[in-house]
Amino acid sequence: MIRNSASEMAAKLAAGETTSVALTQAHLDRITAVDADVHAFLYVDTEGALAQAAAVDAKRAKGEKLSPLAGVPLALKDVMAQKGVPTTCGSKILEGWRPPYDSTVVANLKKNDVVILGKTNMDEFAMGSSTENSAYGPTHNPWDLTRIPGGSGGGSSAALAAFEAPLAIGTDTGGSIRQPAAVTGTVGVKPTYGGVSRFGLVAFSSSLDQAGPCARTVLDTALLHEAIAGHDPKDATSINAPVPQVVAAAKSGDVKGMKIGVVKELNGDGYQPGVRARFEESLELLAKAGAEIVEVSAPNFEYALAAYYLIAPSECSSNLARFDAMRYGLRVGDVDGASAESVMNLTREVGFGKEVKRRIILGTYALSSGYYDAYYGSAQKVRTLITQDFTKAFEKADVLVSPTCPTTAFKIGEKANDPLAMYLNDIATIPVNMAGIGGMSLPSGLADEDGLPVGFQIMSPVMKDERMYSVGAALEAALLSKWGAPLLDKAPVLGGAR
Amino acid sequence: MSSLSRDDVAKLAGLARIEMSEEELVNLSNEFTVILDAVARVQEVAGADVEPTSHPLPLRNVFRADVVVPSLTPEEALSGAPAQEEQRFRVPQILGEE
Repeated sequence: MIRNSASEMAAKLAAGETTSVALTQAHLDRITAVDADVHAFLYVDTEGALAQAAAVDAKRAKGEKLSPLAGVPLALKDVMAQKGVPTTCGSKILEGWRPPYDSTVVANLKKNDVVILGKTNMDEFAMGSSTENSAYGPTHNPWDLTRIPGGSGGGSSAALAAFEAPLAIGTDTGGSIRQPAAVTGTVGVKPTYGGVSRFGLVAFSSSLDQAGPCARTVLDTALLHEAIAGHDPKDATSINAPVPQVVAAAKSGDVKGMKIGVVKELNGDGYQPGVRARFEESLELLAKAGAEIVEVSAPNFEYALAAYYLIAPSECSSNLARFDAMRYGLRVGDVDGASAESVMNLTREVGFGKEVKRRIILGTYALSSGYYDAYYGSAQKVRTLITQDFTKAFEKADVLVSPTCPTTAFKIGEKANDPLAMYLNDIATIPVNMAGIGGMSLPSGLADEDGLPVGFQIMSPVMKDERMYSVGAALEAALLSKWGAPLLDKAPVLGGAR
Repeated sequence: MSSLSRDDVAKLAGLARIEMSEEELVNLSNEFTVILDAVARVQEVAGADVEPTSHPLPLRNVFRADVVVPSLTPEEALSGAPAQEEQRFRVPQILGEE
């Protein structure tokens, strides 16, 4: 049962073939069996999940009209506030904090009766591409436990790939939904900026952060997308417009006559041969499905990574100032006569990890007087140029595509001491965040040289999210008929029985 | 080539309210030489004719109707406080002695 898609589970629930309590218990058992090896979860809310499941079953028994995903379990990235449930953002500074309120995403999940199993591991405050920056230890990739599951949302992607949950929530500031999806053979979508509320999402870089759905199939991702999306008065940057019809697009999967633009700059040197081979193969399948493949150029994308590593740290240095040891979270050095300033200094020294400190200092520098124009100001101009590149490219194509990442999953520890090498993982995903458009990653197969999953990225214009779902569904169907079985069937067996 | 000395990093850490060991200061100073060179590339294309973008959405002020809505109770608001007293956050000394 746990290997089913979320929509198959939902159908079984609707048909009375199983109950949400049984389904939830099956996933809790799976977590018990494999999570010692995978470490996808920071907190498992056994009681809360079973209570929520029992409540859904009772509603169903009474014949109440339920949402499409009612009763299906989900894993929640630990950056999302959930009332009464520990929310750490993978940081020591928030250890033990239980938010007194629900984020809008969580409120929407509860409204749709989606069962929340627990909180998943992540790079501290979502800063990283490997989940190695978690203060609570790394998550392991279910395809190879010695490798990273991507980041920052590596807990969510690993939970999906290990069949610990059929649905998950991620957040994507520079690729933190899409890159983990790519390296674990799962699906992840960063919606248009403003498409899903940021209220209750602990802020890293407010102009880039976007929550989104993760799952094992394109349709499941679409169902979750519609469950969490929509205008929210509590988020001033939330778009007040109807949610794109992503479920209908995922169901039709029609790409006939669509123009698919291959971004010339997001391929070639630096991309692993197996990544390039799977990408070319997917393009051929999309052409066979009736799409027209065109080449587009985005000359300023080569500056996106540099601009990102100025904008994101700048915003983070400001956002993370709220962790001041005064109102919640860790407090260190509060002895008689200690000043508030010394308590702040000591708390932030102990509470923040290496990468978070690195980015706060970089951001503080980039925003300091005398350097502001040269760094942060210039980065904002690059942001304009990247957006213009996208606008021009979307005049020639309905969606744009590229490999999601230059490589497959690397070994845990391999890049831990080389920040620049780590940052390169996000080279193909960052431009999407800079322009606020939508992006999806879905599995395109395994690289021949290492047998590890490769991701295919689809980018769609602002509030045209349905386009990436049409293309994703078409490619998924073509690949499935080529493989004969879902890609995750090729992943190794974890914790004994399947 | 851009670089930050150990003392530069110490000053930034002070501004960011982070206590740092000598080892952390020296390591960060070394790393920043490499990182700043990489990010300084933005200057190559950031001409005077390019408008900056601070945010993906062209938003002006966003207002809501001025109506009272439920908010956290004092107990909820204080539920994560490291220390509290008489329904208030208790904080260390903020002003000097004199």
